[in-house]
Amino acid sequence: MDEPRRDDAPHAAPGDGAEALPASSGGDAGKPMTDTPITLIEAVTQALAWELAHDPTVLVLGEDVGVNGGVFRATAGLQQRFGDQRVLDTPLDETTIAGLAVGLGAQGMKPVTEAQFDGFVYPMIDQVVSHAARLRNRTRGRLSCPMVLRVPWGGGIRAPEHHSEANEAMFVNVPGLRVVMPSSPQRAYGLLLAAIREPDPVIYYEPKRIYRQYKELVPDDGEALPLDVCFLLREGHDVTLVAWGAQVKEALEAADVLAAEGVSAEVVDVATLRPLDFDTIAESVARTGRCVIVQEAPRSAGFGAEIAARLAERSMFDLLAPVERVTGYDTHIPLFRLEMKYLPGVERIVAAARRTLAHG
Amino acid sequence: MPHASAWIESVVALHGRIPATGPYHMQLSAGFPALVTHAMTLAASFQIEYLQFLGAEGQPVRELPPAFRDPAVLVEPFKRMLFARAFDTKAVALQRTGKLGTYPPCLGHEATHIGIGASMRNGDVFAPSYRELGTMFERGVRPRDVLMYWGGDERGSDYPRDSDAAIDFPICVPIATQCLHAAGAALAFKLRGQAQVAVAACGDGGSSKSDFYAALNCAGAYTLPLVLAVINNGWAISVPREAQTGARTLAQKGIAGGLHCLQVDGNDLVAVLESMRIATERARSGGGGTVIEFMTYRLSDHTTADDARRYRDQDEVKAAWALEPVARMRTWLTAQGAWSEAQETEWKAECERRIAIEVDAYLATPAQPVQAMFDYLYADPPADLLAQRAAAIALEARHG
Repeated sequence: MDEPRRDDAPHAAPGDGAEALPASSGGDAGKPMTDTPITLIEAVTQALAWELAHDPTVLVLGEDVGVNGGVFRATAGLQQRFGDQRVLDTPLDETTIAGLAVGLGAQGMKPVTEAQFDGFVYPMIDQVVSHAARLRNRTRGRLSCPMVLRVPWGGGIRAPEHHSEANEAMFVNVPGLRVVMPSSPQRAYGLLLAAIREPDPVIYYEPKRIYRQYKELVPDDGEALPLDVCFLLREGHDVTLVAWGAQVKEALEAADVLAAEGVSAEVVDVATLRPLDFDTIAESVARTGRCVIVQEAPRSAGFGAEIAARLAERSMFDLLAPVERVTGYDTHIPLFRLEMKYLPGVERIVAAARRTLAHG
Repeated sequence: MPHASAWIESVVALHGRIPATGPYHMQLSAGFPALVTHAMTLAASFQIEYLQFLGAEGQPVRELPPAFRDPAVLVEPFKRMLFARAFDTKAVALQRTGKLGTYPPCLGHEATHIGIGASMRNGDVFAPSYRELGTMFERGVRPRDVLMYWGGDERGSDYPRDSDAAIDFPICVPIATQCLHAAGAALAFKLRGQAQVAVAACGDGGSSKSDFYAALNCAGAYTLPLVLAVINNGWAISVPREAQTGARTLAQKGIAGGLHCLQVDGNDLVAVLESMRIATERARSGGGGTVIEFMTYRLSDHTTADDARRYRDQDEVKAAWALEPVARMRTWLTAQGAWSEAQETEWKAECERRIAIEVDAYLATPAQPVQAMFDYLYADPPADLLAQRAAAIALEARHG
């Protein structure tokens, strides 16, 4: 399936060091990108190209990742540049992609696989959970599976059914995995480099709604970011907004709205969900005394519940108000006529923040 | 059991002409009116060959392949079949006396299991299901490793690092998922230009899994050096082979992916060795993958937690004993003057001695400390996991 029509209105990401720019037409791995600002998806391409060029064991595998360059253009130009022995189109079967990655990883290769859309990862779960995540543990370290599973994630781009799911909690609950979700071009680049270099399997979610939301300078210097930290994007002292993926943009915009009301909001991009850098969240809440967790996925047993539980365990006496969660409903994300009514937005986040401020 | 040669001719497109006879033809053409079938031409046709050298009575049904005409070359693998059977008997006894967890016996599979392993080399990769301990022994897995695994200890999958098995996949319980791991290893061999082969074993039930089909499909698409060994022992726990699929053979499933296919008497060590020789040589030389269906029989329960009498006619089991692989090879080797009752008595005593050493080593190995559940999860364990590890150690120190 070709890339569906995306959200045509690019938004600025205040506080993230970038100007709002129109969506670009996609990456070209052969072109140096260091001097010009690039989009999140171009940063993904840039990171893949860097690792393909610097680590001969890295392979890119997926459906339509070769000649076509991926349905979102994430692998654009890579097969032309690195050849079909490094960038491989697979048969159209997600189980195949995940299962091959286990075998390749055990053989010392570094497969960077792509699930074309979030809704297509379900056939991969058996291979990822039963094998990739536990090969090291099962064999007492004799074998391991250094694979990356890239998953275009989430709603908001008017995509067809099964193309808009926020299913990160399924993987966050799996021992042996790391789960990462960048929310800016720079973090997409640095975290993907880190994910590929990580000796254990990493689920790398790409918030497709902000694939081309804005551009920023991303030096192609091969510098990875740490895979176990939350990023404090905006400092404040009244309330902490915690978000990941595309919701980071909503949280930053909500902080702008709150600022206009004289409320100072701190914004934390979780970025790596497993393992969670809870210290950064706890320290922020210690400063603000209030926390709003923004989660695109359905509410119950979502990753926000984990954060809320840890706040209850560790930050109870720092809290001036009950923790608020702004989430998707406990429904399937609707087809696109209703999807924006499902997704958490600025208005709901601001309202939740105001509720926390009504206390104390 | 369909030990006769199976033959199919399959029409793969509506434009094909239905072949003239046979039950398979009838099944296929039943959906098409006569007028339409007469207008069809043949799009493709296939056949499944069957390989057998030593019949059930231990006599050749055709001339043995050159490599196996000297019976002396079969003595060592035969001895290892005897070892596998002796170990199997001991493992079941250990389970019955509470010294081993649930265990899946290999009784009756010895020729297939040993034959597969004996055909592989250093650098090849084996991806087992959970019953192929004979193959695992051939690769260098120790009996104590197998006992450790079924005795509830992950160290049983840490095969000796200096053995061929050092790069083999561990026992795989989720059915047929290992077929794709072997395909992935085969893809690595191919991309690196290595003349190495990956072999996956699954059962007749395993051939129903999507992972099995996925493996053979990508093996065909990428021309992978892969051998998919379908060890058809007649039963997937309680479901017989006939209820598993409408396919006449399991070997023919490889046709769908463009692989070479062969059905083999899996109780005939010579046929197993020869079929694996052909398939692995072809794979090494870039000729692609093969599905081999080894026809054998599960003479035991599925596992020690199973009671096959609930679902299986004992007359069938009795009939299968007449086909079993050990007696067959013993008859042949004895007739050739390459084996004797005295040798067997002596070897069985040696097996018992070696197995006793392995059992003792297993039973003498204390459980891992509690932190072992944390220590191999990540190369670089996260801080919150280390905190849990410390808590578990503290708890163990307090309460044991």
